[in-house]
Amino acid sequence: MSLHWTQHLILVPVLLPLLVGAALAPLTQGWHRLKYWLSYASLLGLLATALALIFMTDGGHWQGGMGIYLAANWSAPFGIALLADRLSALMLLLTAVLGLASLHFTRTRWGRIGVHYHTLFQFLLMGINGAFLTHDLFNLFVFFEVMLAASYGLVLHGYNAERIRASMQYIAINLAAALLFLLGTALIYATTGTLNMADLAARVPLLAGDELALFKVGATVLALAFLTKGAMWPLGFWLPTTYAAASPPVAVMLVLMTKVGAYVVMRLWLLIFSDNAGAAAGFGGDALLYAGMATIVFGAAGMLSTDTAGRMAGYGAIVSSGTLLAVIGYGQPTLVTAGIYYLIGSTIAVAAFLLLIELIDRIRTPRSAMLALTMEAFAVEDAPDEPTGRGVPAAMAFVSLAFAACALMIAGLPPLSGFVAKFGMFHALLNPHIDAGTGVAAIPAAGWTLMALIIVSGLIAVISMMRFGVRTFWASGATEPPKVHRSEVAPILFLLALSVLMTVQANPLFGYLTRASDDIHRPGGYIGRVLSEPTVPGPGSAPGLAPSTLSPQEAP
Amino acid sequence: MELVISLAIGIVFGSGIWLILRPRSFQVLAGLMLMSYAVNLFIFVMGRLWVDAPPLTPAGTTPNPAVLADPLPQALVLTAIVIGFATTALYLVVMIGSRGLTGTDHVDGKEPEL
Repeated sequence: MSLHWTQHLILVPVLLPLLVGAALAPLTQGWHRLKYWLSYASLLGLLATALALIFMTDGGHWQGGMGIYLAANWSAPFGIALLADRLSALMLLLTAVLGLASLHFTRTRWGRIGVHYHTLFQFLLMGINGAFLTHDLFNLFVFFEVMLAASYGLVLHGYNAERIRASMQYIAINLAAALLFLLGTALIYATTGTLNMADLAARVPLLAGDELALFKVGATVLALAFLTKGAMWPLGFWLPTTYAAASPPVAVMLVLMTKVGAYVVMRLWLLIFSDNAGAAAGFGGDALLYAGMATIVFGAAGMLSTDTAGRMAGYGAIVSSGTLLAVIGYGQPTLVTAGIYYLIGSTIAVAAFLLLIELIDRIRTPRSAMLALTMEAFAVEDAPDEPTGRGVPAAMAFVSLAFAACALMIAGLPPLSGFVAKFGMFHALLNPHIDAGTGVAAIPAAGWTLMALIIVSGLIAVISMMRFGVRTFWASGATEPPKVHRSEVAPILFLLALSVLMTVQANPLFGYLTRASDDIHRPGGYIGRVLSEPTVPGPGSAPGLAPSTLSPQEAP
Repeated sequence: MELVISLAIGIVFGSGIWLILRPRSFQVLAGLMLMSYAVNLFIFVMGRLWVDAPPLTPAGTTPNPAVLADPLPQALVLTAIVIGFATTALYLVVMIGSRGLTGTDHVDGKEPEL
C-alpha cells in the first residue's frame, strides 16, 4: 500500500519552486531568456496544481474536503502535517495567478537587471505556498523565514539608495517580528507540549489556570508577529515606504505577503479559539476587531494625506488588511465568507494598481532615471534594450481606463469585484445570528461602526484616487503617450479580467467560499481527520494505525 | 537556577531592545543579535531546566521519560540559530551596501539635520 498519487500533489507547490529555483541559481545572466521561461513553466505548473487541488478538495475526492500529507511518514502530531483544504487551495491559486502576472511583467526589463531575480522569486513562491499548506507552527516559522529571506533580496532588486533605505527598515522590522514568532511558539510549546495545529486545538480546552494564562501570552506574542506582517496598526508603519520603494513586480508579491499574515491569523484564531475551546473561546476577538478598525482609519488617513501613487497603494493595502482583521475578529461565519472574497478581490486590485503605477510614471517622466542608476550600481554590462517590438496603440487610453478600473475596485464601487465584496460584508453584518435567548437579531454597535468605517474608507479611496487621476491624466499637460510594451499590458489586463470574472461568477465563488469558511469554522472534524491520518506502512510491517490517544472533539 | 536564567534572558533581551532603538545601523544589528541570543536561550528553557538528563536514548533500552530532557526545544533552537544567523548576515550585507551608497551609517540613510 502506498499513498494515492493525488496526495503527492499537496507537496508540489513547495517542491516545484524549490527545485526550479535551485536549478536557475547557477545559470548566468546570459541565459536570461531560458531563466524566464523555466520560471514561467514552474508557475504554470503551480497554477495547474492549485486548480487540481481545488478540484480534489471541492469535488468530494478527499474525505472532509481535506488532503493530508504526512512529511517523512511521521504520524501527526509527531511529524509535520501538510494539509490542503478549500481555503488553502484557493490561496495557492491566488499565489500562482499573482506570480504569473508579476513574472510576465518582468519579461522586458525587471527580470534582467539582477542576477538571481528568478531564483529568489521561486523561493519566495515556495515560502508563501508552504505557509499556506503547513499545519505545524515551527514549520510555519521556517516557511515564513524562507519567504522573508527571498523578499529581502527582491525588495533590494534594482538596487538604489531609496530601495536600500527602505529594505534596511523592512529587514530590521521583520527580524524583530521573527523573534516574536519564536517566543510565541516556544511559549505555546511549553504550555501545551505540541506544535501541530490540530493537536494544539484539541489540547487548548484542557488548559486551565496558570497554563492557560501563559498560553494566552504565547498566542498574543505569536499574533504580534503575524500582525506585523499583516500591517495592523500600530505595527504597519514599515509598509507604505517598502511598497513605494520596491520594484512593481516585487511589490505585487509583497501585497500577497501581507495577506499571508492575515490568512494565518484567520486560520489559527478560528481554529484554536473556536467556540468549543473551553475557557479560551473567543480570546482576542475584540482586540482584533478594534485593532482592525484602527487600521482602517490609519490606512484611510494615509491615503488622503499622500500624493505618490506607490504610497497610496500601500495605504490601500493597509485598509484592506484592517478590514480583514476586523472581519476575523467580529466572529461571524457568514462575514468571514465575504471577508475571504474581499481578500482575493482587494489583493488583485492593489496588485493591478501597483503594476499600473510604473506605466503611469512614464507619463510623468518619460525617461526612467531610476533604471539608469540601477544599472550603474549593479554594473550590468549589457544594458537591456529599450522595450523592443511593437508598442501598444492607444497607450494613453489603456493606462487611464485601467486606472479607472483599479480605482473602482479599490474604492468598492460597482460594477467590479470590490463592490460585490463590500455588498457581501454588509449583507452579513445586517443579518446577524439570531440570539437563542431572546430571539432577537441585534446588530451590535461594533457592527454599525465597522460598516461606517468601510463606507468612509471607500469614500476616501475615491477622493484620493480621483485627485491623483485628475493630476496625472488631465492636469499634467502630458501629450505624448507613454511607451508601453505588450508584456507589461498583458498582466494588468489579465488581473482586471480576473476581477470581472470574479464579479460575473460571484455566485459559484460564494458557494465555494461558504464551504471553505464552514471548514475552518468546524475544527472538530479537522482535528479528528489530521490526528487519525494513517501512515504508510513500511515494507513488511503491520498495517498503519492511528496513533492518536486524544479523542477528537465533536463537531458543533 | 530559574531566577538566574530568567534574569539573564531579560537583561540580554532588554539590552537588545535598547540597541535596536539607536540610530546607527551597527547598533541595530548588535541589538538584533543580542535579542536573538536571548530568544534562543528562551526556547531552550521552554523545554524546562534539566540537569544530568540527556535528550538521547541509548540503543536497545526502553526509554524512561522521567530521566530524559525534552529533545524538541533543542532541535528547534538549532533551527532558530541557523535561520537567525543567516538573516543577520544578510542584514549586515545590506548595511554595508547602505553605507557605501549613502555615505552614512544612519538607519535613515542620511544624517539628521541639527
